[in-house]
Amino acid sequence: MRNAGVFIVTVVVLAAIAGPWLVQFDPSAQELALRLEGPSTLHWFGLDELGRDILSRVLSGARVSLVVGLVVVSVSALIGAAVGSIAGYYGGIVDEAISRFIDILLAFPGLLLAIALVAVLGPSLTNVVLALASIGWVGYARVVRAQVLQAREFEYVVAAHAIGAATPRILIRHILPAAFPALTVQATLGMGGAILSEAALSFLGLGVQPPTPSWGAMINYGRVHVLDAPHLTVFPGLAIAVVVLGLNLLGDGLRDSVEERSGGSKGPPLRYQRARRASLPLPARTTSGRADAQRTQDT
Amino acid sequence: MCGNNDRVLPYLARRVVLTIPVLLGVATLVFALIHLIPGDPARAILGDVASEADIAQLRGQLGLDRPLSVQYVSFLSGLARADLGTSLRTGTPVASQILGRLPATFELALAAIVVALTLAIPLGVASAVWRGTFVDHAAMTVSLAGVSMPNFWLGPLLAIVFGVELGWLPVAGRGGPEHIILPAVSLGAALAAVLARMTRATLADQLREPYVLAARARGVSRARAVFLHAFRNSLIPIVTLAGLQVGAVLTGAVITETIFAWPGIGRLLVQSIGFRDYPMVQGCILLIAVTYVAVNLVVDLAYGVLDPRIRYQ
Repeated sequence: MRNAGVFIVTVVVLAAIAGPWLVQFDPSAQELALRLEGPSTLHWFGLDELGRDILSRVLSGARVSLVVGLVVVSVSALIGAAVGSIAGYYGGIVDEAISRFIDILLAFPGLLLAIALVAVLGPSLTNVVLALASIGWVGYARVVRAQVLQAREFEYVVAAHAIGAATPRILIRHILPAAFPALTVQATLGMGGAILSEAALSFLGLGVQPPTPSWGAMINYGRVHVLDAPHLTVFPGLAIAVVVLGLNLLGDGLRDSVEERSGGSKGPPLRYQRARRASLPLPARTTSGRADAQRTQDT
Repeated sequence: MCGNNDRVLPYLARRVVLTIPVLLGVATLVFALIHLIPGDPARAILGDVASEADIAQLRGQLGLDRPLSVQYVSFLSGLARADLGTSLRTGTPVASQILGRLPATFELALAAIVVALTLAIPLGVASAVWRGTFVDHAAMTVSLAGVSMPNFWLGPLLAIVFGVELGWLPVAGRGGPEHIILPAVSLGAALAAVLARMTRATLADQLREPYVLAARARGVSRARAVFLHAFRNSLIPIVTLAGLQVGAVLTGAVITETIFAWPGIGRLLVQSIGFRDYPMVQGCILLIAVTYVAVNLVVDLAYGVLDPRIRYQ
């Protein structure tokens, strides 16, 4: 699964980077005489309502989506790691204040606060990034806080504290590396979420503004022509689904690896659980060996 | 029994009390929204062509000419009286318009959750029971695709196939039961995918528990062991997740209602953003957030009642 994710994400990133060399058409060039023309050998994804090549716009939109995803995730992770570390390390009233503020932000369903922020700040790419990052950091802060709460009790952290190491050094050198795997998983899954959110905002007319291509905006404009030219809607939507699927597969795979290495979030590693179960005494009477069959299937 | 109540009631009281600062924080953020508008909010709402007199009048109507602390206290006292202000577009109270749209949104959200549970549970159970087989891989691939597929894409696709090509279902408006099918499926698909993955994970854990092995060893049939023993114990996290996903459903409703012209709060919010009707935007955001907080509280309380270990913590 993780390999499939790596493959999909790599292909999308390469296609986004090499887009201008892969497709001979300018994403903004219009051929009004050919508007709404379906897929052909010349225009693989067809043309939109202004006669623009959809493939080149999808590839151009990929660059916008990936950059937005990357920037939102980087800014969110940076803020979230800083805030989460402070809350987890200092604890007490600092942790309480930060946690309550996080609770308030979490009271807004995901995208809703972003919609509200962009609605008042005005629709633009910068405001989309600002809005998504201003709610996105919360998830990272919670992950890092939980990791720091565990890590600060580790003996090497206590030892570093005992020999007089400064707090920033303890946090950056000793504690944050312990949170890094969980942060990476969160970032991978968060990037898919950021891309979906950007597309949703653009779909509502609150995100990237024309003529810059955006997958969400392309679906929105394509909706008008959904009967006579469904390709306007199908290809940008497919692009979103594929890239988010790739990031989800990658994130899932990374999470499995991290949980396996750390022994799972809910207890000992699966291998150990299975081994332990194998040593459990079986009931005296087993009817037709079905329990054994079940055990075999489980392992 | 008395001892049990002694533990439940403080737990319930603590959870309710903890919600109050969150609600106050939500109200404060919603209040702050209009002050985040760059420049003069009244000028931004009316546009550059508006006269100074009109701008001054709107500033007075919104209370922007008063000190910030006075505005804040006035906003909170208005909320306490269920007064969310007046719509700039229609001139009618925001609260009454939102209340008029509320049933449509709740109806859609409920239908989406029903659709999600109907799709997710069989998929998740099949996946957990036949773990590692083709059925499992197929079911999880379908659910992963569901998570990755944006509802603003799925909606138009469903409309093309079932509304236009096949002509089976209406694609816009709210009317008979047939009107809700496409919006509910469009909104519930992503939730179904999340719930299917959760069902698989929790049921697979339960199936590995010694009590299931013991039941099987006693001769309990596989179906009975799965549904009557393991699945029942998996239900708590599944129901909890369904409750917690109400936020995603309410946000998704903003988009789904726009696509299917469903006359709910989500559509009202998008229309109000278009008209720069900020009191209405504030009202819609506040109501959705408060609903989300309330649902989370109910889920928390239900969890404490269903699982005694929670309330002892």
